[in-house]
Amino acid sequence: MALTRSALRLFSGRFTQACQVRGYADAPSMSLTFAAPSQVLYNNISVKQIDVPSFSGSFGILPAHVPTLAVLKPGVVTVFENDGSTKKFFVSSGTVTINEDSTVQLLAEEAVPVDTLDISAAKELLAQSQSQLASASSEVAKAEAEISIEVSEALVKACE
Amino acid sequence: SQQVRGMATLKMISIRLKSVKNIQKITQSMKMVSAAKYTKAERELKSARPYGIGAQEFYKKAEVKDEEGEKGQLIIAVSSDRGLCGAVHSSIGRIVKTDIAASPNTKVVIVGDKVRNILQRLYAKNIAMVVTEVGRKPAVFGDAALVAQSIINSGIEFSKGKILFNAFRTVVSFRTTEMPLYSQNAVANASKLPVYDSLDSDVIQSYTEFSLASLLFYSMKENATSEQSSRMTAMDNASKNAGEMIDKLTMTFNRTRQAVITRELIEIISGAAALETKN
Repeated sequence: MALTRSALRLFSGRFTQACQVRGYADAPSMSLTFAAPSQVLYNNISVKQIDVPSFSGSFGILPAHVPTLAVLKPGVVTVFENDGSTKKFFVSSGTVTINEDSTVQLLAEEAVPVDTLDISAAKELLAQSQSQLASASSEVAKAEAEISIEVSEALVKACE
Repeated sequence: SQQVRGMATLKMISIRLKSVKNIQKITQSMKMVSAAKYTKAERELKSARPYGIGAQEFYKKAEVKDEEGEKGQLIIAVSSDRGLCGAVHSSIGRIVKTDIAASPNTKVVIVGDKVRNILQRLYAKNIAMVVTEVGRKPAVFGDAALVAQSIINSGIEFSKGKILFNAFRTVVSFRTTEMPLYSQNAVANASKLPVYDSLDSDVIQSYTEFSLASLLFYSMKENATSEQSSRMTAMDNASKNAGEMIDKLTMTFNRTRQAVITRELIEIISGAAALETKN
């Protein structure tokens, strides 16, 4: 899995190089750094578009998007690479920064490719979190259970 | 009486030799353990570096500057609980001391017992919080999030902030570095902030809180790698020194042993010669 992923990254890097040599009149590129504390998914890779789920609504980021900051909601991040392929990742939380120079930093607390998710495990987690909410006593426990429900609902939705 | 001294010295030398040999074994095994932990730490650091560098980008691109104010300085000093790792903890302690001397209105959050021991004596009233049980296991994001949450919950206010840690360069060298920390006000007043669209104080608050945890995590990872590599080097040097001591002691032991034998022979022979001449 990791081998194909890194091979794909290598391929997209070389392809963008060829693109730049051919046509500088193309749209300005957008450099994405998408990382989690324990793994790097994209490190300053040029991509076409990124769809992110945030608390202020899901939105797509294209090159020359207006600079902004947003907080990620549990959900699916879709990366449209320069060679036309699409990759989906489930993120639990985090932040996204779009800077003036079209660099994007997507920092997720946990990020996994969607095809590694197991729908039955996700449904089980949802059931567990719902029962946790029912038995929660303190405000903190209730909030934690609600967060757990939000994440597991998003997980189930991502698997479908 | 010289004979007695010779025997006593021999016993003492052999005891010392045995203990230095034991110490060499211990330092060698500590070096092996550190080497294994260093390999793991360096691997995790490689994965964490883009995350840590990415987390600092916004503050650079938005040209965030320290808040103008008199709320004082916050230093988060990253170290660990365990010693025998060279200059890792003392270099952090030294810089904290000079900083406090320069601006007395400084609060320090200490991660790890070692720096606490260094600062406890003279600067105990500057210590805001101490985090212990650090360094036994590799840090995970949850640890950094816990520390960040405690800092936020304690309501510490600051105009200027930094995280002090040891950035890993190579196996034999590390550099004590600081990463700037900005308060929410500093971010809100950043010169390039208006460029960023549709920001409200909620987003800024969530962003700065998450970024505190991210930066802390990154600094913990860098520091852990520096510490393990430094311990490896320190234990390696200790083993070499112990080896030199063993060589010297073995020489002394052999020379002393031969001296004792020679003395005994002399006494026997002179005793026999005395008997002969008597006859």
